[in-house]
Amino acid sequence: MSSSTSVGDLVSQPYKYGFVTDIETDKIDKGLSEDVVRLISSKKGEPQFLLDFRLRAYQQWLRMEEPNWAAVGHPVIDYQEMIYYAAPRQQEKKASLDEVDPKLLETFDKLGIPLSEQKRLSNVAVDAVFDSVSIATTYREKLAEHGVIFCSISEAVKDHPELIERYLGTVVPSKDNFFAALNSAVFSDGSFVFIPKGVDCPMELSTYFRINSGDTGQFERTLIVAEEGASVSYLEGCTAPMFDTNQLHAAVVELVALDDASIKYSTVQNWYAGDENGVGGIYNFVTKRGHCRGDRSHISWTQVETGSAITWKYPSCVLQGAHSVGEFYSVALTNNRQQADTGTKMIHVGPHTRSTIVSKGISAGHSSNSYRGLVQIGPKARGARNYSQCDSMLIGDQAAANTYPYIRSQQPEASVEHEASTCRISADQLFYLQSRGIGFEEAVSMMVSGFCRDVFNQLPMEFAAEADKLLALKLEGSVG
Amino acid sequence: MIRPEADTLLEIVDLQARVEDKPILKGVNLTIKAGEIHAVMGRNGSGKSTLSKVLAGHPAYTVTGGSVRYRGADLLDLEPEQRARLGLFLGFQYPVEIPGVSNLEFLRVSTNARRMEKGEEELDTFAFEDLVRERLQVVQMDPAFLERSVNEGFSGGEKKRNEILQMALLDPLVAILDETDSGLDIDALRIVAGGVNHLASPDNATLLITHYQRLLDVITPDYVHVMAGGRILRTGGKELALELEDRGYDWVDQELAVLEVA
Repeated sequence: MSSSTSVGDLVSQPYKYGFVTDIETDKIDKGLSEDVVRLISSKKGEPQFLLDFRLRAYQQWLRMEEPNWAAVGHPVIDYQEMIYYAAPRQQEKKASLDEVDPKLLETFDKLGIPLSEQKRLSNVAVDAVFDSVSIATTYREKLAEHGVIFCSISEAVKDHPELIERYLGTVVPSKDNFFAALNSAVFSDGSFVFIPKGVDCPMELSTYFRINSGDTGQFERTLIVAEEGASVSYLEGCTAPMFDTNQLHAAVVELVALDDASIKYSTVQNWYAGDENGVGGIYNFVTKRGHCRGDRSHISWTQVETGSAITWKYPSCVLQGAHSVGEFYSVALTNNRQQADTGTKMIHVGPHTRSTIVSKGISAGHSSNSYRGLVQIGPKARGARNYSQCDSMLIGDQAAANTYPYIRSQQPEASVEHEASTCRISADQLFYLQSRGIGFEEAVSMMVSGFCRDVFNQLPMEFAAEADKLLALKLEGSVG
Repeated sequence: MIRPEADTLLEIVDLQARVEDKPILKGVNLTIKAGEIHAVMGRNGSGKSTLSKVLAGHPAYTVTGGSVRYRGADLLDLEPEQRARLGLFLGFQYPVEIPGVSNLEFLRVSTNARRMEKGEEELDTFAFEDLVRERLQVVQMDPAFLERSVNEGFSGGEKKRNEILQMALLDPLVAILDETDSGLDIDALRIVAGGVNHLASPDNATLLITHYQRLLDVITPDYVHVMAGGRILRTGGKELALELEDRGYDWVDQELAVLEVA
């Protein structure tokens, strides 16, 4: 038998989004100080309230320590060695795509996200973010007819300052954690979505994040607000070039759902993960939180995490409204030397709140994959219910999987269930499939997709097949 | 059915193999022609299961000598999935469970892999459902098993029926059935054996690996081979199986001892 059929080889498929776009950028000098924060704010022409927000966050950040409780390890990050603002040199966001630098359009074409009128995805509006700056948003007019606002957060600051002032930082306060404070001080761009009362957003919204430059920190800020009875499904995708240095990506995502509103937020994360020896790759230290502010509101997180050298993120739900529902469906795949410490927090505040957690961790190579989740039931959360299921799959015998479930209940009438399992793709299972004519890689990918099915079923249709393929690609060469 | 003019499907010459550092097969010779049913019998540890795994290409076994030609090609040079696509089938003694993978989907993908190799068109979901429902009759299997994960939570008998269902779908040229009778009650044994008999034709061949005569009461072999110490010690007709049933395996051990001293 040839050695090509080992699980060990299956994961080391070359990263196909690793190219760099050669484009002129406007960068400031490296390092972080109050002056840098002011400079970013003035370059973006921001109103006073936002500058104050940034400065306050900067002061808070100075007093905070980088957290070290996650089950990941990395060299000390020197925050003065990083550049905090880089933008493709293109002064104003162009009204028409014809005016956007063709190199940028080409980049997104290569990534499979065509933006031009003829080629763009039907029924999915895309905000394309390049090095933290939004370069184009499709279908804006069509969305505007329904009163839906979908634009970059910088534009929202200019065009809808009252909404930004009302909601920014209300779900993830700047002092929430070290990386949230850093983001609040220096965030560059990201997406803003506003769905007015009673509107069911007529199409999928999607933001595609592309990191291009090698020495720039990425600090996106996304804010999604669904008013009473509104609903929206939003998807983010991410890729980055291959560099042998690490880039920090510290984003903040805030979701607000008012009475009877529903937000479905899906992520397919495929940042560059570093090479097989763990050199290079993105540090993905992200704070994502949804606030079910209104009664019967519903927030659902679905994530497929396949990239990054280190992933450190816990998309969470604060279930404040009575009968509100939070969901978290996650597939996290690590390979080679990747490290992931990811999970969720379900904070039950209001009565009869419900949450569901389904986490599927797949570890291959020498990687380490931890699920860390908190289910907290507050004293007023009468009749709250949670169901958690955390499954781990090991591929090969060098990978690690951990589960850290934390349950805190101050409410005797709550019900909390937790199930966990660990399995391994065995040589006998693979041989069984092979002996039925199924190729080795297809056999692995069948087993992995079977394992992830509960989560893939939650993804928007257009992306479920993509996620399946992405996983198969990431696992190529990993089984041995 | 023995026909001297039939095509040779499988030709095993002086096959030697080990698992880890332990030699198991020490020179197996066996030729199988189209239309024939062979039975390999022997005690536990005689190497008969190893023979089936080596033929199917299990990665835990290393071939250390000899050759296997399958319809003229070097079988040992092929990946397990290629062997299967070319029509070699192994019915497992202990079929593994594969949680999360739908049995129906698994059957469809494997059937199509074999069909493509034969130059037949791929079956879509609907066409395949029709085919699989028809083949279910061969093993009298409940269609509900199609909706479950591969072998997950199946009883021993259900797993074996699922194996024969796969055989019925894959239409193999050489089917190796490793202890297909083990763990079956008498009714299940009849159904499984009925399926095997139904699928046997002048164009294909069956290699039954078994411990007991009872399978051979329902499937009549053309040849019976007695295996011991990693070799085929004796070959005969179906009466050899009856002799084993009468006399037990002790005489085999004695012959083997003589052989090993020599």
